[in-house]
Amino acid sequence: TVPERANLAGVRHILLVLSGKGGVGKSTISTELALALRNAGKRVGILDVDLCGPSIPRMLRVQDSAVHQCDSGWVPVFVGQDKALALMSIGFLLERPDDAVVWRGPKKNALIKQFVTDVAWGDLDFLIVDTPPGTSDEHISTVEALRPYQLLGAILVTTPQ
Amino acid sequence: QVALLDIDICGPSIPKMMGLEGEQVHQSGSGWSPVYVEENLGVMSVGFLLSSPDDAVIWRGPKKNGLIKQFLRDVDWGDVDYLIVDTPPGTSDEHLSIVQYLSATRIDGAVIVTTPQEVSLQDVRKEINFCRKVKLPIIGVVENMSGFVCPKCKNESQIFPPTTGGAEKMCQNLNVSLLGKVPLDPQIGRSCDRGQSFLAEAPESPATLSYRNIIQRIQEYCEQHHFQEEKIM
Repeated sequence: TVPERANLAGVRHILLVLSGKGGVGKSTISTELALALRNAGKRVGILDVDLCGPSIPRMLRVQDSAVHQCDSGWVPVFVGQDKALALMSIGFLLERPDDAVVWRGPKKNALIKQFVTDVAWGDLDFLIVDTPPGTSDEHISTVEALRPYQLLGAILVTTPQ
Repeated sequence: QVALLDIDICGPSIPKMMGLEGEQVHQSGSGWSPVYVEENLGVMSVGFLLSSPDDAVIWRGPKKNGLIKQFLRDVDWGDVDYLIVDTPPGTSDEHLSIVQYLSATRIDGAVIVTTPQEVSLQDVRKEINFCRKVKLPIIGVVENMSGFVCPKCKNESQIFPPTTGGAEKMCQNLNVSLLGKVPLDPQIGRSCDRGQSFLAEAPESPATLSYRNIIQRIQEYCEQHHFQEEKIM
């Protein structure tokens, strides 16, 4: 088995996009940031840990993609010809796009841990982690799972009111 | 007689919107006392239990469920015509728990809120499927932030363009009622920030008219179903 550290060993910077509030544009900002960094020549990955409302696949037009496993874990979905942008989202694991992921915390936590440690990202300059609204299971689990790694920091998104 | 229960534990917005920030919950022999906005409008929220409004409630699912249970069991609402439960985004602990804990009584149904763009509808379809999964009747869908009419030039803009037909098309496809569309009005956000009633502050706004129509349809639904139930009994 691949040691837990390996899949994120090639990732130089990890950014978390947070809000607390829903509908303020976290996923939009995560996507635009990833695309801008890719256009600047960086290798970028997006980890979408919004299990109930995964928006990133549609924003990158890869909502019909499927994910595969390799020896080191899951292979992310590569966006575009140049493969410089990789994405992992629960959206890819749903049988139908309208299926609700109606999970309580413990089940969500288990999947998030897998998403953090078992995706074969390869070498990345930036890994952007998009989160759901709130300060709950997903956020606690994501931060805990990322603790051993180079967590650069958090970007917070709000609206003016 | 209305009760408003805010089960958004991480992001409780109701206290501020009701002008009740800083209020505390009092306990008596008969349980927790809701905070009253008016004699006939009582409110309960985790917001009232925080020492400061910026305190983060960083709880995992089970602890959130525990508080929701307490809200339902220990709050002394008295006799109430309508209990409205505001929920956080998602389809998780809070949503499962509220449906489960209220299963012994009858939930009239759910009002589902969306904005017009596909990125929102995508999540809302899941919520509709959640309701169907847990056999929660759907009263209907409200399309919020649906267009903006400039007060100066009266030109209408679609701030969140309904690229896939908006809530209207989604409701047709999923066979649920569209209760109405509420346009964007900056006064709504302002009133909420100030804890004032938008309906009272801006009675002439097109948004007010939309709200009133939606509220009427919800009341009609509830009265109709109550009548049907009584017939059956």
